[in-house]
Amino acid sequence: MDAVPHIEVRDLSMAYGDFIVQSGLDFVVNKGDIFIVMGGNGCGKTTLMRALVGLQRPAAGSVLYSGEDFWNATADEQQRLKRRLGILFQGGALWSSLTLAENVALPIAEYTGLPAARVDEIVAFKLALVGLAGCEDLYPAELSGGMKKRAGLARAMALDPEILVIDEPSSGLDPLTARRLDELIVELRDSLGTTIVVVTHELASILSIGNNSIYLDSESRRMIATGHPQDALKSGHPKVRHFLTRGGTA
Amino acid sequence: MGGEAAWRLALRPGEADSRGTLFIGLGGRWRIDQGLPAPESLKDKLDASVHRIRFEAGELVEWDSGLLSFVAGICRACAERGIAVDDSELPLGAQHLLAMARAVPEHKLAARNAGPQGVFAQVGVATQDFLRGAPQMLGFLGEVTLSLLRLLAGRARFRARDLWLEIEEVGPRALPIVSVISFLVGLILAYLGADQLKLVGAQIFIADLVAIGMVREVGALMTGIIIAGRTGAAFAAQLGTMQVNEEIDAYKTLGISAIDFLVLPRMLALMLMVPLLTLYSGFIGMLAGLLVSVTIFDIGVFEYYTETLRALEFKQFAVGLSKGTVYGAMIAFAGCLRGMQCGRSAEAVGHAATSAVVTAILLITIAASIMTVVYYQLGI
Repeated sequence: MDAVPHIEVRDLSMAYGDFIVQSGLDFVVNKGDIFIVMGGNGCGKTTLMRALVGLQRPAAGSVLYSGEDFWNATADEQQRLKRRLGILFQGGALWSSLTLAENVALPIAEYTGLPAARVDEIVAFKLALVGLAGCEDLYPAELSGGMKKRAGLARAMALDPEILVIDEPSSGLDPLTARRLDELIVELRDSLGTTIVVVTHELASILSIGNNSIYLDSESRRMIATGHPQDALKSGHPKVRHFLTRGGTA
Repeated sequence: MGGEAAWRLALRPGEADSRGTLFIGLGGRWRIDQGLPAPESLKDKLDASVHRIRFEAGELVEWDSGLLSFVAGICRACAERGIAVDDSELPLGAQHLLAMARAVPEHKLAARNAGPQGVFAQVGVATQDFLRGAPQMLGFLGEVTLSLLRLLAGRARFRARDLWLEIEEVGPRALPIVSVISFLVGLILAYLGADQLKLVGAQIFIADLVAIGMVREVGALMTGIIIAGRTGAAFAAQLGTMQVNEEIDAYKTLGISAIDFLVLPRMLALMLMVPLLTLYSGFIGMLAGLLVSVTIFDIGVFEYYTETLRALEFKQFAVGLSKGTVYGAMIAFAGCLRGMQCGRSAEAVGHAATSAVVTAILLITIAASIMTVVYYQLGI
């Protein structure tokens, strides 16, 4: 394990005006982890994700990528750190005026300066990887929910990021599609060594793919548990066990 | 169904052994499609003499949410007054549903915005909103300016195809509506002028009035207002929807400037096309003036033509084109600003579109006044 953790969050607080969403978050994500951020609706999972990827400035605290503080960095340094992140948004967030191929190609063309033919090859490969070979010329509006998610994943992985942040991978997907997406996530970690942060409340995903996690509590507005989800299920905080068993144990 | 009456409600105060109890008899069909009594009518009866109420449902034939909402309303009133409720005679299903509705207490957060505000509070809130909005507007202005400077330095990145698509959408597709409005405005100007000029027998000056009016002022203003409604609203709705879909966040997280990529092509398209539409509008207006002069006021076609040429100096075109360019920039600014500020709901997109048109027309009017005064002072 590295001496400097891949992602470190120190005493992070997030707020909308006077309303504190979460405070005092402290956790570490190691390289190659599939790290789950779990919690009930409205607990601040997505807000935490937005603070991690640079979309929303936290009220206090810091987010460190390999020891570099994101929110205290200059704009150029932030840009460089963002380049190491790939993000899959909840609805895919594909650019609706571009075809799938253009969606995946845009970040590659922006950052690599490769000739168009090489970019096209990479795009075709990335789309094939997520099972969308041959869909290059479709527009996002022509895709089903599951295809949008996979296309979003292809775009997030376009630049081979070291860290992949995924917001609610299974939301709106049927159980089989959701499971295939989970398998794809694990495969990416195993083969590329990508660190993956998954924000979710889907129990099947949490228990099958996660190897570390935090639980954000919506009442105390703090994290009340951290560790492997299976351990949390067996011997964690009562609230977390309650959540992981759909209210089975109180 | 038969001829049986809908709901029946009977109140009976308790007697000797159950003094202080109000018996509420519910009979017949309590269904939302059968009409329902208002719980308020009953609340007056829940005075200090009542300590307990008991529902009686022996004659109840049918029930649905109508019964439940009525009973729940009474239960709430009883809870406020500290009156005990006995619902043990209601059907079991109804009892369970009522218990479920009571199980989770009312969210304080959700009720926070309840209640009407006084006039002063509303004015205060509106002022605060405006003051909060001003720095945002200036911030956006700054970002757009930087983006335009990047463009001049050749470092702004957007797709040429987007620019061409916007140009097509903004320019040629707006020709029909611009034609109709400009023709009618030209017609009105000609009539208006003819009526006054007739008094001094100088009807030929209709040509001057229409030409200078349309080219210098009215063409740009009409085009500006049409494009504000047509394209400004469209820009706000497009960018607003992208905001809802997190597409703008996706640009930000990839470090691609959404301003360069989305706002710049729209801004350029309008700054290029609105002046051209302004010219076109002036031309159509003059045609309308010609038509009116020739057919109604017996002015010769050639006379009108030479008078128009005499009236139109280069500076009139320069003024019209400069105004068109500024209005185009204002519309793109307002549309893109409101789109980028859009919240994350369908309602917010609608609000963004409305607000874009209002802002654009306001900005156009302010710019028109300033430019008219400045040009006058400069003698242009």
